Amino acid sequence: MRDDKPLNIYGQRFESRLLIGSALYPSPQVMQEAIRASQSQIVTVSLRRQNSVSAGDDFWQLIKDTGLTVLPNTAGCHSVKEAVTLAQMCREVFATDWIKLELIGDEYNLQPDPVALLEATQILLSEGFKVLPYCTDDLVLCQRLAALGCEVLMPWGAPIGTGKGLLNPYNLSMIRQRLPDMTLIVDAGLGLPSHACQALEMGYDAVLLNSAIAGAGCPVKMAKAFNHAVQAGRAAYVAQAMPEKDVAAPSTPTMGMPFWHQSN
Amino acid sequence: MKITFNGQTIESTEHTLQAFIDATDAKEPYAVALNGQFVPRSQCQSTHLAEGDSIELLSPIQGG
Repeated sequence: MRDDKPLNIYGQRFESRLLIGSALYPSPQVMQEAIRASQSQIVTVSLRRQNSVSAGDDFWQLIKDTGLTVLPNTAGCHSVKEAVTLAQMCREVFATDWIKLELIGDEYNLQPDPVALLEATQILLSEGFKVLPYCTDDLVLCQRLAALGCEVLMPWGAPIGTGKGLLNPYNLSMIRQRLPDMTLIVDAGLGLPSHACQALEMGYDAVLLNSAIAGAGCPVKMAKAFNHAVQAGRAAYVAQAMPEKDVAAPSTPTMGMPFWHQSN
Repeated sequence: MKITFNGQTIESTEHTLQAFIDATDAKEPYAVALNGQFVPRSQCQSTHLAEGDSIELLSPIQGG
Protein backbone atom coordinates (compact mmCIF):
# COMPACT_ATOMS: atom_id res chain seq x y z
CA MET A 1 0.00 0.00 0.00
CA ARG A 2 1.21 3.49 -0.82
CA ASP A 3 1.19 6.51 1.48
CA ASP A 4 -1.83 8.75 1.01
CA LYS A 5 -0.97 12.42 1.26
CA PRO A 6 -3.25 15.37 0.58
CA LEU A 7 -2.94 17.23 -2.70
CA ASN A 8 -0.05 19.70 -2.36
CA ILE A 9 -0.04 22.86 -4.45
CA TYR A 10 2.97 25.00 -3.66
CA GLY A 11 2.77 24.05 0.00
CA GLN A 12 -0.99 24.37 0.40
CA ARG A 13 -2.80 21.13 1.20
CA PHE A 14 -6.19 20.14 -0.18
CA GLU A 15 -8.42 17.14 0.48
CA SER A 16 -10.26 17.31 -2.85
CA ARG A 17 -8.41 16.17 -5.94
CA LEU A 18 -10.84 17.76 -8.35
CA LEU A 19 -10.17 21.28 -9.62
CA ILE A 20 -13.19 22.73 -11.34
CA GLY A 21 -13.73 25.41 -13.96
CA SER A 22 -16.36 28.12 -13.72
CA ALA A 23 -17.22 28.50 -17.43
CA LEU A 24 -19.89 27.21 -19.81
CA TYR A 25 -22.62 26.43 -17.27
CA PRO A 26 -26.23 26.97 -18.35
CA SER A 27 -26.69 29.56 -15.60
CA PRO A 28 -24.78 31.11 -12.69
CA GLN A 29 -26.98 29.18 -10.27
CA VAL A 30 -26.16 25.85 -11.91
CA MET A 31 -22.49 26.82 -11.78
CA GLN A 32 -22.69 27.41 -8.05
CA GLU A 33 -24.61 24.18 -7.42
CA ALA A 34 -22.24 22.14 -9.57
CA ILE A 35 -19.19 23.58 -7.86
CA ARG A 36 -20.68 22.72 -4.48
CA ALA A 37 -21.64 19.21 -5.63
CA SER A 38 -18.12 18.55 -6.91
CA GLN A 39 -16.70 19.24 -3.43
CA SER A 40 -13.81 20.91 -5.21
CA GLN A 41 -11.72 23.29 -3.18
CA ILE A 42 -10.16 25.11 -6.13
CA VAL A 43 -11.99 26.93 -8.93
CA THR A 44 -10.52 28.46 -12.07
CA VAL A 45 -11.34 31.98 -13.25
CA SER A 46 -10.05 34.46 -15.80
CA LEU A 47 -10.05 38.13 -16.81
CA ARG A 48 -11.69 39.81 -19.78
CA ARG A 49 -12.59 43.32 -20.87
CA GLN A 50 -15.10 44.85 -18.53
CA ASN A 51 -17.45 45.74 -21.36
CA SER A 52 -17.71 42.08 -22.37
CA VAL A 53 -21.00 40.36 -21.61
CA SER A 54 -20.36 38.69 -18.28
CA ALA A 55 -17.20 40.19 -16.85
CA GLY A 56 -17.57 41.97 -13.59
CA ASP A 57 -18.51 42.05 -9.99
CA ASP A 58 -21.65 39.88 -10.17
CA PHE A 59 -19.70 36.85 -11.33
CA TRP A 60 -16.87 37.54 -8.92
CA GLN A 61 -19.30 37.77 -6.02
CA LEU A 62 -20.72 34.33 -6.91
CA ILE A 63 -17.25 32.86 -6.90
CA LYS A 64 -16.35 34.53 -3.63
CA ASP A 65 -19.54 33.13 -2.12
CA THR A 66 -18.29 29.60 -2.80
CA GLY A 67 -15.38 30.24 -0.44
CA LEU A 68 -13.05 28.25 -2.69
CA THR A 69 -9.42 28.93 -3.48
CA VAL A 70 -9.18 30.72 -6.81
CA LEU A 71 -6.84 29.70 -9.62
CA PRO A 72 -6.69 32.40 -12.31
CA ASN A 73 -5.73 31.42 -15.84
CA THR A 74 -4.19 33.06 -18.89
CA ALA A 75 -6.59 31.37 -21.30
CA GLY A 76 -6.53 32.70 -24.84
CA CYS A 77 -3.00 34.11 -24.71
CA HIS A 78 -0.84 33.44 -27.76
CA SER A 79 2.40 35.18 -26.82
CA VAL A 80 4.74 35.37 -23.86
CA LYS A 81 4.05 39.08 -23.47
CA GLU A 82 0.26 38.60 -23.41
CA ALA A 83 0.49 35.77 -20.90
CA VAL A 84 2.87 37.61 -18.58
CA THR A 85 0.76 40.78 -18.64
CA LEU A 86 -2.45 38.86 -18.02
CA ALA A 87 -0.82 36.95 -15.16
CA GLN A 88 0.28 40.22 -13.57
CA MET A 89 -3.25 41.61 -13.90
CA CYS A 90 -4.70 38.43 -12.41
CA ARG A 91 -2.39 38.68 -9.43
CA GLU A 92 -3.64 42.15 -8.64
CA VAL A 93 -7.36 41.41 -9.10
CA PHE A 94 -7.48 37.97 -7.47
CA ALA A 95 -4.80 38.66 -4.84
CA THR A 96 -3.00 35.38 -5.46
CA ASP A 97 0.43 34.36 -6.77
CA TRP A 98 -1.07 31.27 -8.36
CA ILE A 99 -1.41 31.29 -12.12
CA LYS A 100 -2.59 28.57 -14.46
CA LEU A 101 -0.30 29.43 -17.34
CA GLU A 102 -2.03 28.73 -20.62
CA LEU A 103 -0.21 29.76 -23.77
CA ILE A 104 -1.79 28.53 -26.97
CA GLY A 105 0.43 27.52 -29.88
CA ASP A 106 -2.14 26.24 -32.33
CA GLU A 107 -5.55 27.77 -32.82
CA TYR A 108 -7.10 24.59 -34.22
CA ASN A 109 -6.51 22.16 -31.36
CA LEU A 110 -5.56 24.77 -28.74
CA GLN A 111 -2.30 22.95 -28.15
CA PRO A 112 0.03 24.70 -25.72
CA ASP A 113 3.17 26.25 -27.22
CA PRO A 114 6.00 24.44 -25.40
CA VAL A 115 8.73 26.92 -26.32
CA ALA A 116 6.78 30.02 -25.30
CA LEU A 117 5.52 28.22 -22.22
CA LEU A 118 9.07 27.70 -20.95
CA GLU A 119 9.96 31.34 -21.54
CA ALA A 120 6.82 32.67 -19.83
CA THR A 121 7.22 30.24 -16.94
CA GLN A 122 10.77 31.44 -16.32
CA ILE A 123 9.68 35.09 -16.29
CA LEU A 124 6.72 34.50 -13.99
CA LEU A 125 8.66 32.34 -11.53
CA SER A 126 11.31 35.06 -11.33
CA GLU A 127 8.52 37.52 -10.45
CA GLY A 128 7.37 35.35 -7.57
CA PHE A 129 4.44 33.65 -9.23
CA LYS A 130 3.51 30.09 -8.37
CA VAL A 131 3.12 28.77 -11.88
CA LEU A 132 0.86 25.87 -12.80
CA PRO A 133 1.71 25.40 -16.48
CA TYR A 134 -0.83 23.79 -18.77
CA CYS A 135 1.36 21.71 -21.06
CA THR A 136 1.36 18.82 -23.48
CA ASP A 137 2.13 15.29 -22.30
CA ASP A 138 5.78 15.59 -23.35
CA LEU A 139 8.18 14.17 -20.78
CA VAL A 140 11.13 16.35 -21.70
CA LEU A 141 9.04 19.50 -21.64
CA CYS A 142 7.80 18.53 -18.19
CA GLN A 143 11.38 17.93 -17.06
CA ARG A 144 12.39 21.37 -18.34
CA LEU A 145 9.47 23.00 -16.52
CA ALA A 146 10.45 21.15 -13.35
CA ALA A 147 14.06 22.31 -13.75
CA LEU A 148 12.86 25.92 -13.91
CA GLY A 149 11.27 25.49 -10.49
CA CYS A 150 7.64 24.54 -11.11
CA GLU A 151 6.21 22.50 -8.26
CA VAL A 152 3.04 21.64 -10.17
CA LEU A 153 2.62 20.55 -13.80
CA MET A 154 -0.63 20.16 -15.69
CA PRO A 155 -0.24 18.01 -18.81
CA TRP A 156 -3.29 17.64 -21.00
CA GLY A 157 -5.32 14.48 -21.31
CA ALA A 158 -6.64 15.60 -24.69
CA PRO A 159 -7.29 18.96 -26.40
CA ILE A 160 -9.46 21.37 -24.42
CA GLY A 161 -13.16 20.69 -24.59
CA THR A 162 -12.93 17.46 -26.59
CA GLY A 163 -13.97 15.06 -23.83
CA LYS A 164 -11.79 12.35 -25.34
CA GLY A 165 -10.11 11.30 -22.11
CA LEU A 166 -6.47 10.29 -21.77
CA LEU A 167 -5.30 10.04 -25.39
CA ASN A 168 -1.80 8.94 -24.50
CA PRO A 169 -1.73 7.04 -21.21
CA TYR A 170 1.82 5.87 -21.90
CA ASN A 171 3.15 9.43 -22.03
CA LEU A 172 1.24 10.44 -18.92
CA SER A 173 2.43 7.35 -17.08
CA MET A 174 6.03 8.04 -18.08
CA ILE A 175 5.80 11.60 -16.74
CA ARG A 176 4.48 10.20 -13.46
CA GLN A 177 7.33 7.69 -13.23
CA ARG A 178 10.08 10.14 -14.14
CA LEU A 179 8.86 12.96 -11.91
CA PRO A 180 7.79 11.02 -8.82
CA ASP A 181 7.80 14.00 -6.43
CA MET A 182 6.08 16.51 -8.71
CA THR A 183 2.43 17.42 -8.15
CA LEU A 184 0.85 16.34 -11.43
CA ILE A 185 -2.63 17.34 -12.51
CA VAL A 186 -4.26 16.19 -15.72
CA ASP A 187 -5.83 19.29 -17.20
CA ALA A 188 -8.20 19.35 -20.14
CA GLY A 189 -9.77 16.84 -22.47
CA LEU A 190 -11.63 14.73 -19.93
CA GLY A 191 -15.22 13.81 -20.69
CA LEU A 192 -16.20 11.02 -18.32
CA PRO A 193 -15.68 10.27 -14.64
CA SER A 194 -13.84 7.10 -15.73
CA HIS A 195 -11.23 9.32 -17.43
CA ALA A 196 -10.63 11.13 -14.15
CA CYS A 197 -10.53 7.83 -12.29
CA GLN A 198 -7.94 6.51 -14.75
CA ALA A 199 -5.70 9.54 -14.20
CA LEU A 200 -5.85 9.14 -10.43
CA GLU A 201 -5.31 5.37 -10.67
CA MET A 202 -2.04 5.95 -12.53
CA GLY A 203 -0.83 8.22 -9.75
CA TYR A 204 -1.81 11.66 -10.91
CA ASP A 205 -2.47 13.89 -7.94
CA ALA A 206 -5.60 15.56 -9.29
CA VAL A 207 -7.57 16.49 -12.39
CA LEU A 208 -8.76 19.87 -13.59
CA LEU A 209 -11.86 19.98 -15.74
CA ASN A 210 -14.69 22.21 -16.81
CA SER A 211 -16.53 21.19 -19.97
CA ALA A 212 -17.16 17.63 -18.80
CA ILE A 213 -19.29 18.96 -15.96
CA ALA A 214 -20.64 22.19 -17.41
CA GLY A 215 -21.55 20.51 -20.71
CA ALA A 216 -23.29 17.51 -19.15
CA GLY A 217 -27.05 17.09 -19.35
CA CYS A 218 -27.15 17.64 -15.59
CA PRO A 219 -23.98 19.42 -14.46
CA VAL A 220 -24.80 18.98 -10.77
CA LYS A 221 -25.14 15.19 -11.02
CA MET A 222 -22.02 14.99 -13.20
CA ALA A 223 -20.09 17.04 -10.65
CA LYS A 224 -21.01 14.47 -8.01
CA ALA A 225 -19.97 11.66 -10.34
CA PHE A 226 -16.55 13.23 -10.90
CA ASN A 227 -16.12 13.71 -7.18
CA HIS A 228 -16.74 10.00 -6.64
CA ALA A 229 -14.46 9.10 -9.55
CA VAL A 230 -11.43 10.98 -8.24
CA GLN A 231 -11.93 9.46 -4.80
CA ALA A 232 -12.16 5.97 -6.29
CA GLY A 233 -9.13 6.53 -8.48
CA ARG A 234 -7.03 7.83 -5.61
CA ALA A 235 -8.09 4.99 -3.32
CA ALA A 236 -7.13 2.50 -6.02
CA TYR A 237 -3.72 4.13 -6.46
CA VAL A 238 -3.06 4.03 -2.72
CA ALA A 239 -4.27 0.41 -2.51
CA GLN A 240 -1.96 -0.58 -5.41
CA ALA A 241 -3.46 -2.62 -8.22
CA MET A 242 -2.70 -6.28 -8.69
CA PRO A 243 -0.02 -7.11 -11.28
CA GLU A 244 -1.49 -7.63 -14.74
CA LYS A 245 -0.99 -11.15 -16.18
CA ASP A 246 -1.11 -12.55 -19.68
CA VAL A 247 -2.74 -15.88 -18.74
CA ALA A 248 -5.81 -16.76 -16.74
CA ALA A 249 -5.46 -17.70 -13.08
CA PRO A 250 -8.47 -19.10 -11.24
CA SER A 251 -9.70 -17.12 -8.31
CA THR A 252 -11.74 -19.93 -6.73
CA PRO A 253 -9.51 -22.59 -5.08
CA THR A 254 -9.08 -25.76 -7.16
CA MET A 255 -8.13 -27.91 -4.16
CA GLY A 256 -11.13 -30.02 -3.10
CA MET A 257 -12.95 -29.60 -6.41
CA PRO A 258 -15.58 -32.39 -6.17
CA PHE A 259 -15.78 -33.43 -9.84
CA TRP A 260 -12.19 -32.68 -10.86
CA HIS A 261 -11.05 -35.02 -13.66
CA GLN A 262 -13.71 -37.58 -12.70
CA SER A 263 -14.81 -38.00 -16.33
CA ASN A 264 -11.33 -39.41 -17.27
CA MET B 1 -6.29 62.85 -27.97
CA LYS B 2 -7.26 59.49 -29.35
CA ILE B 3 -7.12 56.59 -26.90
CA THR B 4 -8.04 52.99 -27.58
CA PHE B 5 -10.00 51.71 -24.62
CA ASN B 6 -10.85 48.00 -24.52
CA GLY B 7 -10.64 47.90 -28.29
CA GLN B 8 -12.69 51.05 -28.97
CA THR B 9 -11.03 54.25 -30.15
CA ILE B 10 -12.33 57.29 -28.26
CA GLU B 11 -11.42 60.95 -27.74
CA SER B 12 -10.19 61.85 -24.28
CA THR B 13 -8.97 64.99 -22.55
CA GLU B 14 -7.62 63.14 -19.50
CA HIS B 15 -3.89 63.26 -18.95
CA THR B 16 -3.34 60.47 -16.45
CA LEU B 17 -4.40 56.86 -16.49
CA GLN B 18 -6.27 57.25 -13.21
CA ALA B 19 -8.20 60.27 -14.47
CA PHE B 20 -9.10 58.35 -17.60
CA ILE B 21 -10.38 55.39 -15.58
CA ASP B 22 -12.32 57.68 -13.26
CA ALA B 23 -14.03 59.20 -16.29
CA THR B 24 -15.30 55.80 -17.38
CA ASP B 25 -17.93 53.88 -15.45
CA ALA B 26 -15.38 51.22 -14.51
CA LYS B 27 -16.56 48.98 -11.70
CA GLU B 28 -14.39 47.16 -9.20
CA PRO B 29 -12.64 44.81 -9.30
CA TYR B 30 -10.40 45.45 -12.28
CA ALA B 31 -6.79 45.61 -13.40
CA VAL B 32 -5.28 47.87 -16.04
CA ALA B 33 -2.74 47.52 -18.82
CA LEU B 34 -1.32 50.35 -20.91
CA ASN B 35 0.07 49.47 -24.33
CA GLY B 36 0.25 45.84 -23.34
CA GLN B 37 2.08 46.46 -20.07
CA PHE B 38 0.47 45.89 -16.69
CA VAL B 39 0.13 49.06 -14.63
CA PRO B 40 -0.40 48.46 -10.89
CA ARG B 41 -3.31 50.41 -9.46
CA SER B 42 -0.90 52.29 -7.23
CA GLN B 43 0.84 53.70 -10.33
CA CYS B 44 -2.22 54.76 -12.34
CA GLN B 45 -2.17 58.26 -10.82
CA SER B 46 1.39 58.91 -11.92
CA THR B 47 1.07 57.30 -15.35
CA HIS B 48 0.61 59.89 -18.09
CA LEU B 49 -1.26 59.23 -21.30
CA ALA B 50 -0.14 60.02 -24.83
CA GLU B 51 -1.86 60.19 -28.19
CA GLY B 52 -2.61 56.72 -29.50
CA ASP B 53 -2.24 54.91 -26.18
CA SER B 54 -4.12 51.66 -25.76
CA ILE B 55 -5.75 50.87 -22.41
CA GLU B 56 -7.16 47.54 -21.35
CA LEU B 57 -9.36 47.34 -18.26
CA LEU B 58 -10.11 43.76 -17.29
CA SER B 59 -12.45 42.20 -14.74
CA PRO B 60 -13.16 38.68 -13.47
CA ILE B 61 -14.91 36.26 -15.78
CA GLN B 62 -15.58 32.54 -15.89
CA GLY B 63 -12.55 30.42 -16.74
CA GLY B 64 -11.68 26.81 -17.31
